[in-house]
This record gives sequence, structure tokens and C-alpha cells, in this order.
Amino acid sequence: MSGNGSSAHVDVDRALALSRHPSAVTRQEPEHDQPVSLVLFSGTDDRLEAATVLMAGAAAMGRPVNVLLQYWALEAFTRGRMEADHGLSPEASLEGANRIRLKKVHQGYQHWSETLRQVKEIGEITIRACALSMDTFGLDQSDLDPMVEGVEGVASFMSRATGPITFI
Amino acid sequence: MAVEVQDLMKVERRIDARGMPCPGPLMSLIGAIRESSVRDVIEVLSSDEGSKTDIPAWVEKAGHELVAVVTEDGYTRFFVRKAR
Repeated sequence: MSGNGSSAHVDVDRALALSRHPSAVTRQEPEHDQPVSLVLFSGTDDRLEAATVLMAGAAAMGRPVNVLLQYWALEAFTRGRMEADHGLSPEASLEGANRIRLKKVHQGYQHWSETLRQVKEIGEITIRACALSMDTFGLDQSDLDPMVEGVEGVASFMSRATGPITFI
Repeated sequence: MAVEVQDLMKVERRIDARGMPCPGPLMSLIGAIRESSVRDVIEVLSSDEGSKTDIPAWVEKAGHELVAVVTEDGYTRFFVRKAR
């Protein structure tokens, strides 16, 4: 009982009854703890950097990240090619593109693939290649950067994607 | 007589992340916390706007203490104590 005279009425019997009900057992992760799942399709440096930043945020906040690489993103993750110039999206403006090019020679600049390596160390980031895209591009695991842990099909990806799925 | 924040507490480690773009300063803080002992205070200097929201959000989520935030000219100093 609190000292100021007010009281919160708790129906203990009802609370116990509810806790025993089967539906009370389905424990859903609070939304802010759910894994974040990203389908990376785009292969341009701007989009890959944007995806990396999202992964960094999720990892920092303790949310596991599942990544599925398709098409041009998968191409960008091939061994030895990660730091190659992947260009910018078609919507890039001329001025914006120039700013980005200048940033690259600025002190403190870090390539997104390097940021991603660091993020992988602090968080639970699982990166896998889409089996269909592997087939389309004639790739096998040995062609990919070691950051890519394996190959999977969409059903497997969906079974891990219990939280929001974002397509980049 | 002005008192400097660092005179009020023992700062175990100081990270100068000025010039690092988001999310660099936060990543540096997380790495430093992992390498530190409980009750250590880490100071991070950041010129990144994102840090002003990122660092407090992470500190709260991770269960540590944001002991002080000091605004300087062009950058901010964050003092984080590892709580667990």
C-alpha cells in the first residue's frame, strides 16, 4: 500500500488465471528486440553503405541482423571485389556524387566493407547468399568474400526473419 | 573557479573520434566498453551530430551510465561509465 492513500487494485486471481491460459505462453519478442532482416539487391556503393549503417545501428542496439544477398549486392560481395568502385544509384545528383567522391579522400573516410567487418565483430550479423542469385551468376561459395557465411534459399531466410524485412 | 569535468572523475580511457562520421564514434565506444572493466569511465569526443542521439540511446539499451555530456566548440564529450 502506498503512503499517499491511493491504491492500485490488482486482481491476483484473474492475473494467475490469465497466466495459465495457453495464449499467454506465446512469448512474442518486444518489437525493439526483434531481429532485423535485410534483403540486399542493390550493388551501388551508396546503397551498400546505407545498408551497412542500418546494420550498425541494429547491431549496436543488440538486434540480430539477417542479410540475404541477391543480384548486384551479391556481385559486390565477391572475393577481392568488395572495395572496387560500385558506382552510385541512378538517382544520384551530379553535385551529390561529387561530394561523395571528395569525401573518399577526406580523413576519417572508411569504406563500407571495412565498417561492415567491424560491425560484424560487435553484433550478430548473418550474411548469406541467395541460392537463386548464386545460380544466375554462376557463383560458388569460394567466389565470395569470407564475410558471406553460406548460401540459402528464401524459405530458410524467411524462417529466420521473424522481425521486419527491408529490401534495399 | 571553474572545475573541469575530468577532475570530478577518473577517466580510464579517452577516445578522440572527432572527424569520424556516423556511426564510427558509437562503434568505437562499444569496442572500448567491451575492453573495459565495470565502473571504468570512458570519454568519447565526437563531432558527429548522430552521436548526440546514438550514444545516449545505446548507453540506455546496454545498461550503462551516461555520466556527463559536455558541449564544446564543434564537438561533444560523452562520459560513459560501464555499469555491468
